[in-house]
Amino acid sequence: MDEHLALGAHGEALAARFLRDRGMQILERNWRCPEGEIDVIALDGDCVVVCEVKTRRGTGVGDPLEAVTREKALRLRRLAAAYLRSRPDAVPRVRIDVIGIIARRGQRPLIRHLRAVEA
Amino acid sequence: MRLGRTLSVALSGLDGRLVDVEAHISAQLPHFSVTGLPDKACGQAPDRVKSAAATSGSPLPASRITVNLSPASLPKQGTGFDVAIALAVLAAHGVIDGRRIARVVHLGELGLDGRVRGVRGILPSVLAAARAGITHVVVPPENVAEAQLVDGVVVHCAPSLATLVAWYAARAGVHPLPVAAPATDDRPATTKTPDLADVVGQPEPRLAIELAAVGQHHILMNGPPGVGKTMLAERLVTVLPPLSRERALQNHAIRSLTGDEIRASELDLTPPFVAPHHSASMAAITGGGSGVVLPGAISRAHGGVLFLDEAGEFKTSVLQQLRQPLESGEVTIARAKQLVRYPAQFQLVMATNPCPCGQAWGKGIDCVCSALEQRSYKAKLSGPLVDRIDIQVVVEPVSRAAFGDDGAGESSAVVRQRVLQARGAQVERWAKHGWETNAQVPGHALRRRPWRLPGDRTAALDRALDIGVLTLRGYDRTLRLAWSCADLGGRTSPALADIELAYTLRGVGREAA
Repeated sequence: MDEHLALGAHGEALAARFLRDRGMQILERNWRCPEGEIDVIALDGDCVVVCEVKTRRGTGVGDPLEAVTREKALRLRRLAAAYLRSRPDAVPRVRIDVIGIIARRGQRPLIRHLRAVEA
Repeated sequence: MRLGRTLSVALSGLDGRLVDVEAHISAQLPHFSVTGLPDKACGQAPDRVKSAAATSGSPLPASRITVNLSPASLPKQGTGFDVAIALAVLAAHGVIDGRRIARVVHLGELGLDGRVRGVRGILPSVLAAARAGITHVVVPPENVAEAQLVDGVVVHCAPSLATLVAWYAARAGVHPLPVAAPATDDRPATTKTPDLADVVGQPEPRLAIELAAVGQHHILMNGPPGVGKTMLAERLVTVLPPLSRERALQNHAIRSLTGDEIRASELDLTPPFVAPHHSASMAAITGGGSGVVLPGAISRAHGGVLFLDEAGEFKTSVLQQLRQPLESGEVTIARAKQLVRYPAQFQLVMATNPCPCGQAWGKGIDCVCSALEQRSYKAKLSGPLVDRIDIQVVVEPVSRAAFGDDGAGESSAVVRQRVLQARGAQVERWAKHGWETNAQVPGHALRRRPWRLPGDRTAALDRALDIGVLTLRGYDRTLRLAWSCADLGGRTSPALADIELAYTLRGVGREAA
């Protein structure tokens, strides 16, 4: 279980760096509210990016992106709304991204970034 | 990302329509959807395609895959779109060359291991593809034979998705698909086909069967159990002329829809013999079913014989349902969302017992039925349906004396020769009016010039009509049958003896109608 959590945290750190390298500004990591948690929140220009990160050791149980089901995508929408409500200012644009990471032991991690996913 | 497209066929009854199978892959959360009115089985294609692609060594991308079956408003039924869907997606994914599959029709279901499985309705689908100008079709191994019945189309046999991917990924050649070898029926030929020679005695029923074959008359046989009514009925098809190629093709198409296996790439021109059990439902006889509207027994008997044994035991509603197809030669099944037509030109042969216990023949001394039982049993077969039957014959038990009659009666081959000749005479006579056989000729045509018979020959008939023993319909029926008697005897028009024979065979019992 510990290793599982460690992998998740490692993946989130990788994802944050990945987004930063693409010119985004990281606003929050592991932002929590009663409805759940947002892994990474970033700012891409004037657009707030709500980002879910899924990390796997391999594709034995499927691609990490496949773990984001329709229900999870809908939950991300609700979390995004909750985050926007928590901010005092108005945000011009918002989108939801998903980052899938395959981190095989002894290999460079494989990162796939889906922008503006739909449920 | 990219688009991929190929072709398949959607069926509604026997009518097929070309369907564009388009696949689009987009950078979205993984999801695989099929749009364009798929039914339940077709809508489950994503699960089969996903597994088949993975086990065939070309896994699908973890992206959003949208497949559209166009025209999207046309209902798509069954699993036959699997192969086309898989190839369109793989083309969109860049695994295979999209240009190679764009003008090829793909039919078949995918197994989870990537095997291509047979589906129903390949023959009508390939016919539709050929009509739409398609020259290449890919079909499952089980269905190669029926696909090859269609002229003008090159048939390719795909055993698995992996094979297909290998073909289409190849770089060289204009069209790399190997052509399937013609299929032959490798089952040993059945040792013995029924033959009229098997029938012992029964001169009158034999003659009735022969006349039925000559003029394509519907026939009713009445007799106690175990005298050979079924045997005679089965042998009617052995003396009928072979089917025309067009009709045989229609017939095979119907068999393809009902899932009958077609083993040879040669058309079988034998007229079909279909004998539904008397417990058969309306849908089983005329066609129907939930979801897919399948052809019924009357369509499977298209061009051949529909035999109703124990006709009196069939549900009245089922019997009445036969009237419209008997008139029009096709059956129309109307549903809220679709209207399906199947051809149903069949010759009706019915057998019945004289009464519920079956013993009311001759003097009827063994019969244990009450008068009421006898009456209601007969009433079942009266009315409009029997009105369309030209021949009614009583089949009585064979006496032992018939065994001695120097062995067997005439063989089917001999009788068929006579039937063919008599059919030839009818074609010559009626062709310019658009009729093929005497049974198709409307009554008024036979009562008018030039086919009206001289008064001295029809005198007895005219008198029977005058005193009300014969209805006008019965009169017409007798004339039609008399022409068949004459054709069988090689006479140019019915002689007095032909009319008398016809009068005897026309049957009795519902003249008040």
